[in-house]
Amino acid sequence: MASLDDLKKRIASVKSTQKITKAMKMVAAAKLRKAQESAEKGRPYSEKMNNVILNLSSGISDKENAPKLLAGTGQEKVHLCVVMTSDRGLCGGFNSNIIKKAKSYFSKILDENKELKIITVGSKGNDQLKRTYGDKIIENISFKESKNANYFDADKVGKVIIEKFEAGEFDVCTIFFNKFKNVITQIPQAQQIIPLNDEGNENSSDESYEFEPDEDEILSNLLPKNISTQIFKAMLENSASEQGSRMSAMDNATRNAGEMVDKLTIEYNRSRQAAITKELIEIISGAESL
Amino acid sequence: MSEEFKIEIVNPEKSFLVKEDVSEVVVPAFEGEMGILKDHISIISFLKPGIIKVSSKSGDENYYVEDGIVEFKNNNLSILTSSIYNLSDMDKSIQQDLLKKAEEEAGKSDINDQAKYLVDQKIEVLKTLN
Repeated sequence: MASLDDLKKRIASVKSTQKITKAMKMVAAAKLRKAQESAEKGRPYSEKMNNVILNLSSGISDKENAPKLLAGTGQEKVHLCVVMTSDRGLCGGFNSNIIKKAKSYFSKILDENKELKIITVGSKGNDQLKRTYGDKIIENISFKESKNANYFDADKVGKVIIEKFEAGEFDVCTIFFNKFKNVITQIPQAQQIIPLNDEGNENSSDESYEFEPDEDEILSNLLPKNISTQIFKAMLENSASEQGSRMSAMDNATRNAGEMVDKLTIEYNRSRQAAITKELIEIISGAESL
Repeated sequence: MSEEFKIEIVNPEKSFLVKEDVSEVVVPAFEGEMGILKDHISIISFLKPGIIKVSSKSGDENYYVEDGIVEFKNNNLSILTSSIYNLSDMDKSIQQDLLKKAEEEAGKSDINDQAKYLVDQKIEVLKTLN
């Protein structure tokens, strides 16, 4: 059994850990509110963008000659995966969930004998992936300096992707991120952004639009922007998810620390009492023997 | 019958401006300035750097944009843009910054024709603001 002094020290250390986790939880809660707000505010833009593109692509005259970003290269050989994670740890299963999702997708692609390229956004993803897929990672982008997700950063990622696409480095691009559902649930998502996948979005109106200049030109201007917009949306969702995940993880940690302190305190009191009893017995039996 | 329609300007961060009672909007469309009144035909176009002028009962408002997409449908005008500034509270220093950035870009040697055209446009508009 540990001595009284050791127990005392352990209680103190667990208590100070608890203070840290509690503070982190508070910070995450405050940041979560902000992140959630900006995720909600950012939604109209990406929705509208999607709508316009949908309307455009339904109005496009010549499907064969549609821009490659929309229709794809006609092949599916090289897959680019953009794995978006956080730059900081201590946020529960947030990063591992994305990585798990991404890894199962990777192995599927490799099983089909297709080529795989990876871009990691955020350093935690890079740390976890470079062990297994180190040779596949072609770029690592990290925004440690910027406090909040902003469009400027998303645009940078978008430009990298488009540059690589135009250089013919890949055929299909998928992004991985966590979709924010609520504080305890974040759903890892895989979303294909090149070629554009209009999954069952059949509610595009039949209304004819006037285009100025023509559809093709607008589309080829719009599609690169859409990539950045989708990335930005993913970044916003991700940052809200990260804070949510951190908040619940830190809440758990605080609670566990509390339980531990209780247990250690009981043990401490017991051994203190045992020491007192032992001393008393010694005194009494010493007195009796006289 | 009122001659008013709804305008919504959104940028990636938030909804920038929503107004229900505008009578006319002039946007710097790619092929020239375009005035939009109520019951305009459905149109999609994109913007070049310039000034958006929103006229409503409460007066005119001017915004500077660098790029964007306009969509008009059922008397709903949506403008999507990643860079927009309200002219009335736009600082001289912001203007100078934008101008400097644009001039830097125009000075690059590897710029293509379309980008060059847009940057020149940007510089021109920014200069008239001063």
